Amino acid sequence: MKTLDQIAVGNIAIVKKIHGEGATRRRIMDMGITKGVEIKVRKFAPLGDPIQLSLRGYELTIRKDDARKIEVEQEKR
Amino acid sequence: MVKIALVGNPNSGKTTLFNLLTGSSQTVGNWPGVTVEKKSGKVKNHEDVYVDDLPGIYSLSPYTLEEVVARDYLASEKVDVIINIIDATNLERNLYLSTQIFELGIPVVMAFNMIDVVRKNGDIINLEKLSESFGVDIIEISALHAEGIDNVVERALLRAQDGRLPKEPRYSGEMEHIIAHVEDIVASYNDSENINRYLAIKVLENDALVLKKLNLDKRDLDRISRMVDREQSRLDEDMQSIITNERYNYVTKYTSKYLIRMSDTRESLSVRIDNVVTHKYLAIPIFIAIIFSIYFIAISTIGAWATDFTNDVIVAKWIQGGLTALFGAWNVSAWIQGLVIDGIVGGVGSVIGFVPQILVLSFLMAVLEDIGYMARIAFIMDRVFRRFGLSGKSIIPLLISTGCGVPGILATRTIESQRERRITIITTTFIPCSAKIPIIALIGTAVFNGAWWIAPTGYFVGIMAVAVSGIILKKMRPFAGSPAPFVMEMPTYHLPLMENVIKITLQRGLEFVKKAVTVILLASVVLWFLQAFGFQNGQLAMVTQNSESLLADIGNLAAPLFEPLGFGKWQATIATFTGLIAKENLVSTIGVVYDFGNGAGAFGEFTKDYSSLQAFSFLLFNLLCAPCFASIGAIYQEMKSLRWTVFAVSYMTIFAYVIAMVFYQLGTLIAGGGFTYLTAIAIFLVALLGYLFFKKAPRTV
Repeated sequence: MKTLDQIAVGNIAIVKKIHGEGATRRRIMDMGITKGVEIKVRKFAPLGDPIQLSLRGYELTIRKDDARKIEVEQEKR
Repeated sequence: MVKIALVGNPNSGKTTLFNLLTGSSQTVGNWPGVTVEKKSGKVKNHEDVYVDDLPGIYSLSPYTLEEVVARDYLASEKVDVIINIIDATNLERNLYLSTQIFELGIPVVMAFNMIDVVRKNGDIINLEKLSESFGVDIIEISALHAEGIDNVVERALLRAQDGRLPKEPRYSGEMEHIIAHVEDIVASYNDSENINRYLAIKVLENDALVLKKLNLDKRDLDRISRMVDREQSRLDEDMQSIITNERYNYVTKYTSKYLIRMSDTRESLSVRIDNVVTHKYLAIPIFIAIIFSIYFIAISTIGAWATDFTNDVIVAKWIQGGLTALFGAWNVSAWIQGLVIDGIVGGVGSVIGFVPQILVLSFLMAVLEDIGYMARIAFIMDRVFRRFGLSGKSIIPLLISTGCGVPGILATRTIESQRERRITIITTTFIPCSAKIPIIALIGTAVFNGAWWIAPTGYFVGIMAVAVSGIILKKMRPFAGSPAPFVMEMPTYHLPLMENVIKITLQRGLEFVKKAVTVILLASVVLWFLQAFGFQNGQLAMVTQNSESLLADIGNLAAPLFEPLGFGKWQATIATFTGLIAKENLVSTIGVVYDFGNGAGAFGEFTKDYSSLQAFSFLLFNLLCAPCFASIGAIYQEMKSLRWTVFAVSYMTIFAYVIAMVFYQLGTLIAGGGFTYLTAIAIFLVALLGYLFFKKAPRTV
């Protein structure tokens, strides 16, 4: 299973499923990370965490721990 | 009366629009029971039209404090019309909230903000088609340039009058089928017709509030859960996710047709700025350079000049000098002179002197916040702060606290996670503020011959106290709980909006002044009386030697408390207590009780009374213990709870006591002072600290 934290910077991933539960999961989905959406991994913070993502025309930051719960498939570039 | 609710995402320009709508007639309060700010106001140029500013939210799901507040408000208040402000540069995510607003059974007008930026980016939005698809008026506005505001109000009033509702979002065939069934069930539990669909969707989302209100019977609940189960296994998703997906699909159905994005093909300005500002190697040096410049400007140069001018010229020369001359001419009795000039003006003045620094610092911080840099700091530093139970956003309060704890504590408002926010509030005043610098200087000069390492040590002690306390506190029961996600939008950079920046700056300055002329004024008067009067031959009279004053009596009473710390004398005790009024008060108290003004080896008496171990212990305790009254007031204001305030202040004081005692007792032992029962207690305290520091966090559900 490939998760969002494993996608290299500059690549685009397509969300397959969001694991986890409760408030965190709901929050992530409310921010637009839903099944089928394309996410570009913009960059990692200088100390390696969090991750900056680009999706739905805006920039979003999430921690690696949360990214690990997002199952994706990488799009061929 | 017409009541308008202003709803929108954070960063959508909501506050600016609210200020434009209300002019200056707004009142800021708090939502009952929670710490979220509530703003209401009368709409400018309209009789009997009021607008409530709801907290900025991404969704109406009841998971964050802001969302709960917004939902409760929309469910319980009778709102005539909603103005839904949309950041047009971020259409999809903003419209996601709109799909939930459209279901509420309340008329809606949409205000598309920043449409000028959209055009400049070369993007095209077909507003007419969108408006038609949603069945809602869409008004273009620019909150920044105050354009289109009147149109929004006019249209909102029109909709409030005719009550026309938006089209309810329609979802996939299977979903609609389920919703229709649940709607039928819900209808028999609910008398108002137009929100059955909303209730049905909430029931499907398993919304606790709505389920409780409807109180469905077992048979109906089973019927619904069978439908839900079937759909969940068909799609291999839970119902909440299915509905979220449906909403986003509904939005993209239209944005894919009516929004043409040209900006995708090239990197936006913000991304290009971030290529440098959050660059792997450049980010941290840039951050340090920016912070250093801010302190250089606010504390060392402009702020310091203005503060010195306020202290030395305005307060000392003009006010105190003027009053002395005036009282002299009027033959006012000595004690009134003392009370007014030394007590009131001296006490309040020493605090007012910090206003310029606070204004300059607040201004620069507000600019950083307004242009969007604070989110970048949080991004860069989150990794470091998470270890201490804090978040990347905690760095802002900590930075501001090096100037003054009060605005530092207020700055915790940007931290969404209640737990991280509380830990930040409790630990932020460990950082030496500018008023503690004189204390460090006093001990450094008097006892350690101006050793260079004293000042850096002061900051080091503060930073360590934050880190250690963060780790200890995050494991305590009241702070336990599932960690809040760190999900943060990176706003696009924009030029600072001076109106907002100045407003925030003045507000912070005003809050500070308010405290100075209330709490501190009162405390100064009391302190002055206590040090000027004493019992002589059984009678209360003015004393010449302050060792005979009431203050000394009280000091002697409390002094044994500090015996284990090494400075159990009335002078140091009283100084510690007067430090509560304002930390720099401590230095002037020491100066007065040891009569520094008397020439002959100014610090002589002080150094005779305390060994270097005792003096350093005194410094440690006062750097870390309960902050000044102004900060305690700010803690209360932000915690909104007496219990939490008491906890915060007690924690700081106990922590300071333990650290100073351990230092003094173990220092004495190492210096060959012999093993006493206090040494044993100190060793036990070290073990206790170690346990609290290393123990595992309690399991959470």
